Amino acid sequence: MSEIGNEARRAAERVARDSYGRLVAFLAARTRDVAGAEDALAEAFASALKSWPDDGVPDNPDAWLLTVARRRQTDAARRRYTRTAGEVHIQLMAEELEDAAAHPDAIPDRRLALMFACAHPAIERGMRAPMILQTILGLTAIDIAAAFLIPPATMGQRLVRAKTRIKDAGIPFSIPEREDLPDRLDAVLEAIYAAYAKGWTEIGDAAADRLADEAIWLGRLVVSLLPDEPEAKGMLALMLYAEARRPARRDADGLYVPLEQQDIALWDEPQVMAAEALLRAANRAGPTGRYQIEAAIQSAHIARRVTGQANWPTIVTLYDVLLQLTNSPVVILNRAAALGERDGPEAALTSLDTIADDKRMADYQPYWAARGHFAARAGRKDEAHEAFTLAIGLSSDEAVRQYLSGQRTALNDG
Amino acid sequence: MKFMLLIHGNEQAMMAATPVNPTGMNPEYAAYNEALIKAGAMLAGDRLRPTTTAASVRIRNGKTEVLDGPYAETKEQLGGYYLIEAADMDAAMDWAGRCPAAQWGTVEVRPVWPTQG
Repeated sequence: MSEIGNEARRAAERVARDSYGRLVAFLAARTRDVAGAEDALAEAFASALKSWPDDGVPDNPDAWLLTVARRRQTDAARRRYTRTAGEVHIQLMAEELEDAAAHPDAIPDRRLALMFACAHPAIERGMRAPMILQTILGLTAIDIAAAFLIPPATMGQRLVRAKTRIKDAGIPFSIPEREDLPDRLDAVLEAIYAAYAKGWTEIGDAAADRLADEAIWLGRLVVSLLPDEPEAKGMLALMLYAEARRPARRDADGLYVPLEQQDIALWDEPQVMAAEALLRAANRAGPTGRYQIEAAIQSAHIARRVTGQANWPTIVTLYDVLLQLTNSPVVILNRAAALGERDGPEAALTSLDTIADDKRMADYQPYWAARGHFAARAGRKDEAHEAFTLAIGLSSDEAVRQYLSGQRTALNDG
Repeated sequence: MKFMLLIHGNEQAMMAATPVNPTGMNPEYAAYNEALIKAGAMLAGDRLRPTTTAASVRIRNGKTEVLDGPYAETKEQLGGYYLIEAADMDAAMDWAGRCPAAQWGTVEVRPVWPTQG
């Protein structure tokens, strides 16, 4: 298919998902029955995905979906009524559809409330991102499972369990009160960012690449629905900084290229500008949250677009702030790497020593890669060799493994 | 929890991807083994000789039958295994993904059924 044809197809699919998510959220918010709302719209959504790319997007996508859904729903209800008389749920859903179809222009956007339900503390943390991807975007369990590297049947079961929990545990469909909002919003952002991170780390995998796009789209949706929340903007900026560098992280031979050696010309300038604008808007009230600080660190990294060098002193300072917020060994690791650029390899190694006994580092690949890198620069060849070996053994990405093997071989030449 | 990682793949492809190294282990496997040991996850692990050297034994009606070759003739064969200690299935699957064989073969993850007493 031609690139233009693909473009049109993606655009049609986007509208279908937008409309689908809005309708699922609307129906589910009234009945608290997510699975029922999805069932009601499933067939209509499938035929939209099939016919819109070829026939064009209808003038009122919501009304189109509702008309098809209502017809199928009535058929299904009739069939089922003959078997189990008085099934309240079907009746209720049919009424909801009737109501909505009567005034498709007046359907409020309840997607934010649905996202808060999906990322509720009572929902298992690892299932929050898959739930949002399925309910808001209509992704199938098979697609989600592929991106999350979980067997499809297992992912399907976990999604069903989470939806039952929303219904049975009385999880509310609402935007939390002011005092609870920061914490609860953080769970929503964390879920979306987890989806993005999956799409970022798995390279050359179509399911994963697509997940990154979907996560960015969800990020934009949250920003548009909560325009006053700086952290939402911060997270979207963070995703866009990473996305802008996507084309630069592999060379022509498919080998891994570390951030500091990436070809600036390959960075996507419009995405960088969009990220910078979002970060400025987020910081207007003063930088406060984790995502804003992480986005600011990215901004300092890519300062070499202009100055020829990353702004290492600022990066170290920002990591200090982040460390106070999170107290995470991963932040200590990243800070040590920045410190190494500012003050030299020995400073980095001393800092890395402080987390050497942390059990989580024993099988954490980036820790050993960083150790290898700075030990090599400090001229400690044996230590570097051992660290690179462990980093190679802990890699699951062939490109990274080859890069590290190259670094290890270079120890003998230097 | 203990998990068994079973390395399946086409024997010919396996020999091509990681030829038997007379001077020691293939460097990618050496790195993987070292990472397993350092993380305290390694319990055991070995490469198996090709299925041409296999024999299968069973007793039917009191009579011992010995067959040349593997239990099942398939396109892919069991080529090696690791027995590892991991916190849960997800952690075991992470280790399976790091196994060099995952790049060209399939690494099956099986929780070990602990025996009582």
